[in-house]
Amino acid sequence: MSTVFIAFQTNETSRGIVEAIEEDNPTAVVQEQPAMVKVDVPDSMTIRRSTIEEKLGRRFDLQEMHVHLITLSGHIDESDDEFNLSWKQ
Amino acid sequence: MTMTNDATGTAKKKLGLKERYALMTRGLDWETTYQPMEDVFPYATYEGIKVHDWDKWEDPFRLTMDAYWKYQAEKEQKLYAIMDAFAQNNGHLGLTDARYINALKLFLTGVTPLEYMAHRGFAHVGRQLPGVGARVACQMQSLDELRHAQTQIHSMSNYNKLYDGFHSWRHMHDRVWYLSVPKSFFDDAITAGPFEYMIAIGFSFEYVLTNLLFVPFISGAAYNGDMGAMAFGFSAQSDESRHMTLGLEAIKFMLEQDPDNLPIVQHWIDKWFWRGYRVLTLVAMMLDYMLPKKVMSWKEAWEVYAEQNGGALFADLARYGIRPPLGWQQACDDKDHLSHQAWATFYQYQAAAPFHTWVPSEEDMAWQADKYPDTFDKYYRPRFEQWAQMEAEGNRFNNGTLPLLCQVCQIPMLFTEPGDPTRICYRESEYKGETYHTCSDGCKNIFDHEQEKYIQAWLPVHQIYQGNCFGPDADPTSPDFNPLLEVIKWYGYNVGVDNRPYEGSEDQTNFRAWKQQTTSNAPAAG
Repeated sequence: MSTVFIAFQTNETSRGIVEAIEEDNPTAVVQEQPAMVKVDVPDSMTIRRSTIEEKLGRRFDLQEMHVHLITLSGHIDESDDEFNLSWKQ
Repeated sequence: MTMTNDATGTAKKKLGLKERYALMTRGLDWETTYQPMEDVFPYATYEGIKVHDWDKWEDPFRLTMDAYWKYQAEKEQKLYAIMDAFAQNNGHLGLTDARYINALKLFLTGVTPLEYMAHRGFAHVGRQLPGVGARVACQMQSLDELRHAQTQIHSMSNYNKLYDGFHSWRHMHDRVWYLSVPKSFFDDAITAGPFEYMIAIGFSFEYVLTNLLFVPFISGAAYNGDMGAMAFGFSAQSDESRHMTLGLEAIKFMLEQDPDNLPIVQHWIDKWFWRGYRVLTLVAMMLDYMLPKKVMSWKEAWEVYAEQNGGALFADLARYGIRPPLGWQQACDDKDHLSHQAWATFYQYQAAAPFHTWVPSEEDMAWQADKYPDTFDKYYRPRFEQWAQMEAEGNRFNNGTLPLLCQVCQIPMLFTEPGDPTRICYRESEYKGETYHTCSDGCKNIFDHEQEKYIQAWLPVHQIYQGNCFGPDADPTSPDFNPLLEVIKWYGYNVGVDNRPYEGSEDQTNFRAWKQQTTSNAPAAG
């Protein structure tokens, strides 16, 4: 089984994003590293705009993630409401 | 589709992400009529890659130029706020230790010029690829890479005011022996065709390897108190996510367009994985030896970002018939050895490198032994202990013999045979009556496939012996002519200051004195 991951700079916005990922992906494993946070999920990961908005208490455009993103892996499928990472194999 | 209110209060429809992307990346080009298309895109076919429908190209991020400018501007504001604050607050005095700064010297001389070459490369490829979706993505990446070069230079220029070895990085990049390793890597990529360049840089380097460069090392910079490097590194890596995605899209697109593309693409993956892996030798050494406070070992980084993530990637690409690159297994086996062999080489050639080296302390060697239980104590500790003893006796080991370089990766012959870390690995090829030397099966395969390209390599040691690396005032006929000293001067080093051991260096004494001043109003001692 392959793992997809995403990593963000540690800050107030990414805290909400990571909480949202944990909520929407029960198998997520969060690792805090110096100045960064990395989230691994087996097979695929879903990041939902609505959950992030709930956590941050404000409107959120998923493309705002670009500002806090460090790295990721897997195939991306992005719409206005969801950002998905997956391996096909 | 979402509804928004405009200034007049009337509801209007906002386009969805997929529609915006389609509108901003399609129908922007045209079939030329004054000139044949093959003259407008002269490099599009000679590599043998067959493309039937460029509209099948899609950037999964669906980032359009307007959103690109917006988010890049935000990234820059964040980055410069941190860099300014770091400089204003004498942030360098919060570093764990001035040894750390040597990793930055290596970064600025070795990596930053590659960012600039990547900018040029993607501008060129963006011009040459006939598909507009690919061109837009390459345009963004070209701008990103220019931004990376600039922000790195800005960030590290703060150190140049206070520490040695930063002053002539651009001059050095075209001359210095080990800098020919990263330089020749990019020169090799940029002189390939546009599709090979996409596999070389977009896929093999960005997707498979840059995490190893930017993530653990930059996290390490933060851990060692360098907010400036942390800011440029993570800001750069946030663009890398998009670059990796472009690289992955490029390979999927080529493989889906025509089955004849598979063997060509596979060969490029084999070649560029190995070329990139060899360049990362420097990063292995930065992680294990140059960070005073270590964040993760090279071996651990390799396991996470290469074995796990690269493994998932190649398992995924197997559906196209792609297998892991040749040399993958050897790279995995070498993770226990790479950094130790590299650091030992720089230690011996201290006089020829414009950054400081040192024997790892007893505490650092205990860390190495813990991270590398199968190899460090057995193969590498005895050598460092011997050198520590020689230093204590006032007899530091300096190697005055110029090393043989690999014809392909240009690294000195320092790597050992697969399965035998006590024997240096040498390979030879004959071409047109000449013998060429390579460091590994990986580099030999690359050479044997494109001899005409690699026989033109500008190998620093060969160039020194041919007399091409002396300044105009050097006089080889004078009785006290010192060829190595003349080479170092030609490299642009501040001789005796930049290229000396850390112990007793200006960097070490200044840092110590400045640190004392931070808690006292007394003038610095010493």
